[in-house]
Amino acid sequence: MALDQIVDGLSEVSCDVLVIGGGTAGPMAALKAKLKNPKANVVLLEKANVKRSGAISMGMDGLNNAVIPGYATPEQYTKEITIANDGIVDQKAVYKYAQNCYSIIEELDSFGIRFLKNENGDYAVKKVHHIGTYVLPMPNGETVKKALYRQLRRARILISNRYMATRLLKSSDGRIAGAISVNTRTAEILVIKAKAVILCMGAAGRLGLPTSGYMFGTYENAANSGDGYSMAYHAGAALANLECYQINPLIKDYNGPACAYVAGPFGAFTANNEGSRFIECDYWSGQMMLEFYNELLSGKGPVFLQLKHLHPDTISEIESTLHKVERPTRGLFQQGRGVDYRNDSIEMHISEIGFCSGHSASGVFVDDNARTTVPGLYAAGDMASVPHNYMLGAFTNGSVAGIDAMEFAENHDFAEFDAQDVARERDRVMAPTKREDGIPPNQVEYKTRRLVNDYLQPPKVTRKYELGMRRLAEARQDMQEHMIARNAHELLRALEVQSIMDCADMAVHASLYREESRWGLYHWRTDFPEKDNANWFCHTLLSKQNGKMTSQKRAVEPYVVPIADDEKDLYDKQRIRATA
Amino acid sequence: MPLASHQTSVPVVVDDAKCIADKGCTVCVDVCPLDVLRISDMTGKAYMAYDECWYCMPCEADCPTGAVTVNIPYLLR
Repeated sequence: MALDQIVDGLSEVSCDVLVIGGGTAGPMAALKAKLKNPKANVVLLEKANVKRSGAISMGMDGLNNAVIPGYATPEQYTKEITIANDGIVDQKAVYKYAQNCYSIIEELDSFGIRFLKNENGDYAVKKVHHIGTYVLPMPNGETVKKALYRQLRRARILISNRYMATRLLKSSDGRIAGAISVNTRTAEILVIKAKAVILCMGAAGRLGLPTSGYMFGTYENAANSGDGYSMAYHAGAALANLECYQINPLIKDYNGPACAYVAGPFGAFTANNEGSRFIECDYWSGQMMLEFYNELLSGKGPVFLQLKHLHPDTISEIESTLHKVERPTRGLFQQGRGVDYRNDSIEMHISEIGFCSGHSASGVFVDDNARTTVPGLYAAGDMASVPHNYMLGAFTNGSVAGIDAMEFAENHDFAEFDAQDVARERDRVMAPTKREDGIPPNQVEYKTRRLVNDYLQPPKVTRKYELGMRRLAEARQDMQEHMIARNAHELLRALEVQSIMDCADMAVHASLYREESRWGLYHWRTDFPEKDNANWFCHTLLSKQNGKMTSQKRAVEPYVVPIADDEKDLYDKQRIRATA
Repeated sequence: MPLASHQTSVPVVVDDAKCIADKGCTVCVDVCPLDVLRISDMTGKAYMAYDECWYCMPCEADCPTGAVTVNIPYLLR
């Protein structure tokens, strides 16, 4: 039978721990769960193929947040991230990450992933952040996925590729019971009963529309359509600080990193059209992004990554990294534009908006054990709320989630779910395939994401958000009543649009709730231009209560690592001052 | 509403002379994160069926015969 032809079918399987998403956090979560209890069944479900899925599909140039003894301390890192994230941090989870990440580095090393060392055999850690030194290059970073995949096979993890999870199942007492998924090539439904579920489904990266107009030319892997955020929401889990958007400085049009984290330690820097530096530090924070945005609009734009002043050998070294890992088509793109790093600066721009804790702080709320607010449901990686956690955070918190979830599974039997929930979800999933006539998913998606750009991109204006909400509601009605899918592949896209629409609605709701400005560009509200610590020094938690989207405040947990008053605004001083 | 088919120049190009999909190879189709490659019923060779590309390279990197080339999508070029 031809691929993509719709097949009517439903089957059910069960496992102890179900991990959804096989990118970065997911494989580590599955591996740790299985190693904790080798007799248990661990299923790793993936919308694409675990071999090449997720943000590190082509590997990664290095670790951006390695806390290595002798170079940085967990206390220092916790302090840095607290300040970079404007104080809104539950430090316990960040501190735990900072304490554990070195052992994960050693473990990755044992998997065959190498980390750069100097001639004395010490880790060659580089400084990119404002205060501390945490960036560690990976000389064979292109092999990360292969190394992980070998471990998964060795541990006999059950991998199910090309299944897209659409909804979580719960028991009447609110405990997790499993998930419903659909085969992306046949549209057959697979119900997976599980004692514990770990969501590792990446960022909501297909929310805004890239300025190139190419829908899949997103900063994040375009498969990351925010399905995890949507599923967590519909399961009643709380989502934290969604108004703290992800917006990144990228190569203009190419929409991938330029990448200052790689080139900065060699002496490259971000400059305006006069060739002058205007930011103190290239670490991606909302405050830095605000200065970047201001510079673009000031008449001193465009903004460039400047490296032509470096020695040709240094440039070749940077080039070989940038054109080999993470986004290897960077080289092809620059070649097409006639850009040679030896003679030309790299034009940069800002990305579309998205949710991603990996770089900012917008994620499904988790505590320091990666537990969400739903018993038995965990989250890790870009979609979980531990801020600025990058790839090493995904590995480390994935590990935490895997171990804790297996413990949960050992102490609980399967929770019972209502068979009607499966029937209802099957109807919802298949609805676009039952229509004879209507609007294809790509048009609904384009319109939704165009509305996100028009109305939701910072600066956030209340009046624009109110209009955006109305327009999105109209698009949602079209989606629910008229969207058609003529084959299984179109159905995959149709389901992704529904995640994107949910994320757009959550972005509006969360942004309108926080009546202050915080995190620089990420949450700059023109109607409330000041930071208001008296009323808003808190997390916001968004959740579905009695079928309605609701937001509430949550106090920031007392700090584990105290921050002195004169340190609190270090990241607010990003603009280089004119010297007399 | 009637639908029109929309023309688009796709970024992934497969060299039919090198492609061994007709001998049972499905590597590029298997690894694509966006699942946009298919094997043609007519030619037995791989091709890009959906213009939904992240120009990420697994298809090109993993092809055993070097038949796949990823170009930058026209709108970005």
